[in-house]
Amino acid sequence: MKHVEVLIIGAGPAGLSAADVLLEAGAEVALIDRSDRPGGQLTKQTHMFFGSQEHYASKRGIEILHVLYDKIKDHPRLHMFSETTVAGLYPDRVVACVSGQRYFTIQADIIIVATGASEKSLPFENNDLPGVYAAGAVQTLMNVYGVKPGDKVLMVGSGNIGLIVAYQLMQAGVKVPVLVEAAKTISGYHVHASKIRRLGVDIRMRTSIKRALGTDHVEGAQIWQLDARWQGIAGTEETIEVDTICLAVGLSPLTELLQQLGAEVIYINELGGHVPRLNEKFETTVEGVYACGDVAGIEEASSAMIAGKIAGLEAALKQGYALEDAQARQAALHTSLKTLRSGPHGEKIRKGHARLGART
Amino acid sequence: MDNMNPKEIVICRCSDVTLADLFALFEQGYRTFEELKRIKRVGMGPCQANTCGKMVQWEIAKYFDIPLEEALFHNLRPFTLGIKLKHIKEGSDT
Repeated sequence: MKHVEVLIIGAGPAGLSAADVLLEAGAEVALIDRSDRPGGQLTKQTHMFFGSQEHYASKRGIEILHVLYDKIKDHPRLHMFSETTVAGLYPDRVVACVSGQRYFTIQADIIIVATGASEKSLPFENNDLPGVYAAGAVQTLMNVYGVKPGDKVLMVGSGNIGLIVAYQLMQAGVKVPVLVEAAKTISGYHVHASKIRRLGVDIRMRTSIKRALGTDHVEGAQIWQLDARWQGIAGTEETIEVDTICLAVGLSPLTELLQQLGAEVIYINELGGHVPRLNEKFETTVEGVYACGDVAGIEEASSAMIAGKIAGLEAALKQGYALEDAQARQAALHTSLKTLRSGPHGEKIRKGHARLGART
Repeated sequence: MDNMNPKEIVICRCSDVTLADLFALFEQGYRTFEELKRIKRVGMGPCQANTCGKMVQWEIAKYFDIPLEEALFHNLRPFTLGIKLKHIKEGSDT
């Protein structure tokens, strides 16, 4: 069996940032990603980031990806495994990998799990009809492969993903007549909502989808208003003529590998679902196994990059690398993460972490 | 959602399990994901419950009127995807 010092699962913003710190410290790093290109969600984020310079503000996600990856890609101590899926995690940090038809195992001193998240779905009538997509899938089709998902889209969900993907659909010449949101308020940034409103998107609050219409593919959608108990109100149905239904109803951390290993996970609604219990070093309840990025609670790429650096630094210290100013760097990173979580939009994340903290 | 037809709501696309199928099992007294999985194969397809998992959990919580965190999730074991035994043997020999 092969051995590697540090194995990172997921080459998204968190994994790439962790790899960078570990390579700089002197470690040998294997970076595994199931996609054919590194970057995770950054590969399709054509919008500019908010925040400060330190958080890559006003850079687009795809540009940030190049900054992160170009810095490490030719490093002699980096072993990049693309189109490789981690199929299983076993005790003693044995990692089972699959690439095409090839199966192999690697044993690692340290594992950093940066697997990100998967998209949530929604129960409604006829919801398995072709033409019903998750928003991330639509974004991948358009921004990575240059394929339009349809001509007229109903967007479900007003989080930042729903708002941004609605805008990007319109940039691609796709019509988005209506966006429905089950809650009373817009859940993403108002600046994004205002932009698509100005472009004519009819944003309906307290409204959801009841049924996808069509037999072989989506030919329309029936929407209806919701009552205070989130139940659809009979008689309020309205038919919208669309050929695509796009679900932007949230993300859920991809903790399955951590759960295979027996790392403790706790259900925290505000963080998207099951999240690993971590100590202040971002280590899970399994020694030598760290978690960072969306897998540890749904946030944004900016926070994932900082969390990746924190996990990378801690892993390097655990391996015995003497890092200059390690303590000061850690303190600065934790402050930076706290800054990102401050403000009204960080409330849910703060609440989630407070609940997680109280239960650990 | 009370006004929707549960037979037309697909919860698990991999194993074609509808909301009506889940309700039928709830009525028989099954109330954990692990039990539902063993009987109906919900969550046992290619996505390994990454799509349906949260919906099943939500439906359990709603039906039995319990908090979401009390709706037990299923046990997760390797592998996350399908692999032929032949390839495992070949890979293990090297």
